[in-house]
Amino acid sequence: MSSQAALLPGRRPAPSYVEDVIRTSMVLTMFWGVIAFTVGVVIAAQLVWPQLSFDNEHLTFGRLRPLHTSAAIFAFGGTALIGTAFHIVQRTCRARLFGGAPLGWFILLGYQFFILTAAIGYLTGVTQGKEYAEPEWYADAWLTVVWVAFLIAYLGTVLKREEPHIYVANWFYLAFIVTIAMLHIVNNLAMPVSFGGAKSYGAWAGVQDAMIQWWYGHNAVGFFLTAAFLGMMYYFIPKAANRPVYSYRLSIVHFWSLVFMYIWAGPHHLHYTSLPDWAQTLGMVFSVMLWMPSWGGMINGLMTLSGAWDKLRTDPGLRFSVTAVGFYGMATFEGPVMSIKAVNSLSHYTDWTIGHVHSGALGWVAFIVFGTMYYLVPRLWGRTTMWSTRLIGWHYWIATVGIVLYITSMWVSGIMQGLMWRAYDELGFLQYSFVESVAAMHPFYAIRMLGGLFFLSGGLLMAFNMWRTVRSQPETVGTDGRTVFAA
Amino acid sequence: MPTKIEKDAITGRDTTGHEWDGVKELNTPLPTWWVYTFYACIVFAVVYAVLYPSWPWLSGHTTGLLGYTNRTQLTQDLGEQAKGRFKFVDRIRTASFEDIRKDPELFNFALAGGRSAFQTSCVQCHGAGGAGSKGFPTLVDDDWLWGGKIDQIYRTIQFGIRNTNDNSRQTMMPRFGADQLMTAAQVAAVTDHVLSLSGKGKSTPEGAKLFQDQCAACHQATGKGNQEMGAPDLTDGIWLYGGDRDSVYRTIFYARNGSMPAWSERLDPATMKMLALYVHALGGGK
Repeated sequence: MSSQAALLPGRRPAPSYVEDVIRTSMVLTMFWGVIAFTVGVVIAAQLVWPQLSFDNEHLTFGRLRPLHTSAAIFAFGGTALIGTAFHIVQRTCRARLFGGAPLGWFILLGYQFFILTAAIGYLTGVTQGKEYAEPEWYADAWLTVVWVAFLIAYLGTVLKREEPHIYVANWFYLAFIVTIAMLHIVNNLAMPVSFGGAKSYGAWAGVQDAMIQWWYGHNAVGFFLTAAFLGMMYYFIPKAANRPVYSYRLSIVHFWSLVFMYIWAGPHHLHYTSLPDWAQTLGMVFSVMLWMPSWGGMINGLMTLSGAWDKLRTDPGLRFSVTAVGFYGMATFEGPVMSIKAVNSLSHYTDWTIGHVHSGALGWVAFIVFGTMYYLVPRLWGRTTMWSTRLIGWHYWIATVGIVLYITSMWVSGIMQGLMWRAYDELGFLQYSFVESVAAMHPFYAIRMLGGLFFLSGGLLMAFNMWRTVRSQPETVGTDGRTVFAA
Repeated sequence: MPTKIEKDAITGRDTTGHEWDGVKELNTPLPTWWVYTFYACIVFAVVYAVLYPSWPWLSGHTTGLLGYTNRTQLTQDLGEQAKGRFKFVDRIRTASFEDIRKDPELFNFALAGGRSAFQTSCVQCHGAGGAGSKGFPTLVDDDWLWGGKIDQIYRTIQFGIRNTNDNSRQTMMPRFGADQLMTAAQVAAVTDHVLSLSGKGKSTPEGAKLFQDQCAACHQATGKGNQEMGAPDLTDGIWLYGGDRDSVYRTIFYARNGSMPAWSERLDPATMKMLALYVHALGGGK
């Protein structure tokens, strides 16, 4: 359809948008996705066959695991977010990116440099030992520079917008950029031992350190993996479905309640530890209150489809996005349930947590990125569709089966672990040794690895499809004068 | 741009009149069920925060109407589980091994408690069920390094082997090759003799003489070993570090001298007694 705004008299034509940066970000996202899924399968296999580390320190689980999580969250997810942020902010503000292509390139490539610096650190054993915040001070400092540039570019574009209002997707992206800056800086405050060495000592100690780490860690989930990808959803689902967003009011209420409550929920990672009881209580009750604010996004995503559900039959890319919203709803219900202390006493430290994270990471984050890319890639390269729609359908089913295998095996294994650890015999002795629970998990680790293999295979199909789409001859512009971004 | 409110044909709702890059928004009110579920969660949160420790202030926090703390709950939970154990544990602490074995109820309890403690503290080296592995003796056969009588097993558990505890079992086999007490050829000759003791290969006069001079003091002239010294029986074909020629050669050349912690530094006497009874009952107790 052609834009209503574009037809209004007296309106300037849309500015020329920065696009090369976005195209590059899509290629890099695909690249990092394949890397993240591959390393995931490797470490899943190591848990089935520990000898796969080959007695090589660089290939041990302890070093590859942060490589996997960072490749998935920061490299794959983060690069997708930077690219889509630039795409969405320019188009919904009807303004060229603040700072233009040079600032855009600096942010994208600077971020890639951070990822490489961090990854080299992981493999060589350089780490702060903080989950999802493993990179040492020099990488953290560089990321801070890049991130502030990101904020300037984003905010600058919003400030010079030609639209009177700021679209909801931009609220979410801004909340993501601002909050991640705050979390990153506070959690990583550290004093380097020397400017020539990698080692530093953190500013925080003891239970305060643990609390700040999980204030960071949980809000990395809340603002990186939730809020930012909701921003992605708020633009690409209405675009792909060609339908108006279901409820403006719901978007306001769920945005503010989500960002207000998420920031309190971190202590639920530290239930039954030396963290004071009052902090545990607050972490739990704010997590429970988060349920509906999270679901507001799901309702808005799904209900936007009303009147367009038939598109799911013909557009497997949109099917990815809608399934993502479904997994989002499931994971954001499971999260509050797991934050309840009685449930947490069973689930904590078990594979249930790993399953929960992956229903969010594979089901929500990766699927919304896939759906977005299947919409965006052909348009960015001036094609009408992806090279093969059938292949998107195959990717969808293979990846979905992979996720189901992954999360069901981790549910079973996690709950079994939790029950074995707490089982007493009739005389009041612990029933199982730890190693017996490890042995019991073995078959589920194999199923999990198989699920990961499915997910990786789907990712490879997508990479192939994307490559063929980009390499194919550009479509000639239609006789109706249809240009790619009239949309 | 001017706002232009339209009616959406499919849902019958008005739009808000805004548009961004072709994306519009409907002015749908909040779903009622969503609002009330949200309220219910908030009510739950408030009630929970009143009952449990929650809001901090400058020098403390609200303690909650239930007087709950993690620590009291832990003490209570552990107490529940310990209740069934207490009367038995007291009797085990005071009774002799003989008396415990005569009382079927007490003996069964000791075996269950020993198994539980074994699974926590011993399986890491001795394997699940006491099967052992290279360097860590199997506990299910009747081949004992330091004695298989219940008191001997108890003593081994209490003080361990070759550790820093004053009462630890302390004997060292010399590093015959590494410390140049023998030449490599001599070590090889002794290796052949040791292997011949369990019927593998042939001894030489030189090997036999070296064995009598250097090894018999602990392992005895017959090679039957000496449990007082922790010197293994070399005739039974049971090997802690492998019975192939290369392993035995390395054992003589470098010595092995495995160690075990003194569990009296970590476990209470009743638990160690239950462990001794459990290990003794695994199959090989004398």
